[in-house]
Amino acid sequence: MTGATMGALRWTRRNLFASPLNGALTIACLSLIVLAVPPALTWLVLDANFAGTSRADCTGDGACWVFVKERLGQFLYGFYPEPERWRIDLAFALLALLAVPLLVPRVPNKKLPAVLLVTVYPVVAFMLFHGGPGMDVVETAKWGGLFLTLVVAGVGIAVSFPVGILLALGRRSHMPVIKALSVAFIELVRGVPLITVLFMASVMLPLFLPEGVTVDKLLRALVGVALFYAAYMAEVVRGGLQAIPQSQYDAAAALGFGRRQTLYLVILPQALRHVIPGVVGVFIALLKDTTLVLIIGLFDLLGIVQAAVSDPQWIGYNVEGYVFAGLGFWLFCFALSRLSQALERRLSHSTQPAKITTFR
Amino acid sequence: MRRPRSAERLRDAATQAVVLAGALALAAWFVGNTLDNLSERGIASGFGFLDSTAGFSIIFTLIDYSELSTYGRAFLVGLLNTLLVSAVGIVAATILGVLVGVARLSTNWLVARLATVYVETFRNIPLLLQIFFWYFAVLGAMPQPRASLSLFGVMFLNNRGLFVPKPLLTPGFWIASALLAAGTAAAVLLWRRARVRGVATRARAIFCLALALIPAAAAALIGEPVTGWSLPHLAGFSFEGGAVLIPEFVGLVLGLSLYTGAYIAENVRSGILAVDKGQRESAAALGLSRGQILRLVILPQAMRVIVPPLTSHYLSLTKNSSLAAAIGYPELVSVFAGTVLNQTGQAVEVIAITMAVYLSISLVIAGAMNLYNRRVARIGDER
Repeated sequence: MTGATMGALRWTRRNLFASPLNGALTIACLSLIVLAVPPALTWLVLDANFAGTSRADCTGDGACWVFVKERLGQFLYGFYPEPERWRIDLAFALLALLAVPLLVPRVPNKKLPAVLLVTVYPVVAFMLFHGGPGMDVVETAKWGGLFLTLVVAGVGIAVSFPVGILLALGRRSHMPVIKALSVAFIELVRGVPLITVLFMASVMLPLFLPEGVTVDKLLRALVGVALFYAAYMAEVVRGGLQAIPQSQYDAAAALGFGRRQTLYLVILPQALRHVIPGVVGVFIALLKDTTLVLIIGLFDLLGIVQAAVSDPQWIGYNVEGYVFAGLGFWLFCFALSRLSQALERRLSHSTQPAKITTFR
Repeated sequence: MRRPRSAERLRDAATQAVVLAGALALAAWFVGNTLDNLSERGIASGFGFLDSTAGFSIIFTLIDYSELSTYGRAFLVGLLNTLLVSAVGIVAATILGVLVGVARLSTNWLVARLATVYVETFRNIPLLLQIFFWYFAVLGAMPQPRASLSLFGVMFLNNRGLFVPKPLLTPGFWIASALLAAGTAAAVLLWRRARVRGVATRARAIFCLALALIPAAAAALIGEPVTGWSLPHLAGFSFEGGAVLIPEFVGLVLGLSLYTGAYIAENVRSGILAVDKGQRESAAALGLSRGQILRLVILPQAMRVIVPPLTSHYLSLTKNSSLAAAIGYPELVSVFAGTVLNQTGQAVEVIAITMAVYLSISLVIAGAMNLYNRRVARIGDER
């Protein structure tokens, strides 16, 4: 026996068969894997159909990826007119162009892309999506698929974050009226499900507005999602604000900082750094909850997949659709959570040379 | 906080006045518009509609309900269905979460990896997608009743739902249940006393277990053995006897508990990690077994870290049960904020009632968990 096999044997005994119970667990897990993985792989890949254009091309017992391939355009862009889809691609390419310098630590000048991202980019993106000079108007009713999911998530994140910070500051304000309004809003919203807020946005908002005034359905959903998550964001940010010791306020006062300077230069930078994991957690929850807009009749990624699997032409292929949508969401959520871990590491290194222990 | 100077105090007062006036003006504008719109559309207001006949049927009810029942009754049906699915989901998610959370920290490499795969998969996929998957793809593909999947010969799964045994509320059932409860109580008392006196041996444990179970079993056998439970059995093309859990319910419970279970697992894991390593080492030095260390030393301390976030997981599970509206399980949102709202058009009242109910449920769960939290926290402090 070589050293390597000896090592492997020792590792196996220590990590898989340390005790009779442990060994039994290992065998149970192994049989679970043997029972589940090979059939799943066979279905997903080996027996699956990739080539072809119609239902007739799906003959095997495996997955029918022809279905996903045929509907891919719809899954990504919804009912957005095909000749105009370059506009969406361009907008996301621009986003990547602005976001990459912000995320790569070594790029020196981060101010310019950051400013462009929050000021110019939203306008440009809106003109590309909806229609600007020299471009046809594409109504929001035609928006759908992954594109709509990312729009709802992006706008939701971009609005709920600042509003959440305001609400958190309001909740800790010494002004009773501001405090009461903030607390009432936060607690009311956090006590009810998102669906009821979306229902409210879709059935009650038209009642709230004067006769004849209509608000775009997508806009109503966006307002609902953003306000709902602003309340959750507020609670996360409040946690960060509470973690700032009184001495920081005192030190800022001793330096002659005004209230605003104290907030912007001393308190918020520290508080937000503390709560990055929580904030990204809210972003992930928001991204997943964009699927709820399908209940009020918008076609996000899940909505359009659900519509496609109900199509009589492709009936019986719903697992393929769900696997595709699930993989899409999973990739985004997993990437976000990894990004948050990386950010957390980087920011904690930049301020504190000592390693931070998460627990204790 | 720093005390504001007088100029700042004046500015604060002005700010508050402006904000308050703005909020009030907005509210007044909304109310005015709503009143105009309602009268324009000829929609009644007030809560009188709760006494009118509903006229629609509901596929799954815990209480008597028919098309002739009132909207108020329909509301009650929806509320009970929400409570049922939330309670079942909370129990299932807690059991799953605790098991997986402990498994993630297992020294067994394979167990820990599998638990991680489960958590990372289910946490990062939208709940609604998971519910669709279970309901449409898995339960929708179940066989006809004649080809049902049998679980231990007493439960059957097919495309009409999950058929489970149902307790018949006969005298025999009550006697057996009462004996079981009394036996269990006596056994627990005896066991506690044995523990306190330090004579908790294996023989005594078996004796206590027998004390708990044998009287009830005897009553069930001697009394009315068959009538205690109604078992589902195939009759013709469908099942008779027992109770049926409709696919909507099963799909929703699967989705909710698997999704929330992944969050609870992470919660349990971080709670256990938060317990000082020295605690585990000193327990091991005292000669406690691994199981005893977990049960007697780690978990009681970990509970203090686990309970507060656990509360919010329970709350979100309850609120997420409203996703049932998308697959047609008749809970509060789907029955009341869906069907009733569409029939009556009284959006303001219906949405207000719905939101009030969720707020109250949230308050009750938060209150109960805070009580529990005080208990686990105090046990910790008494050390």
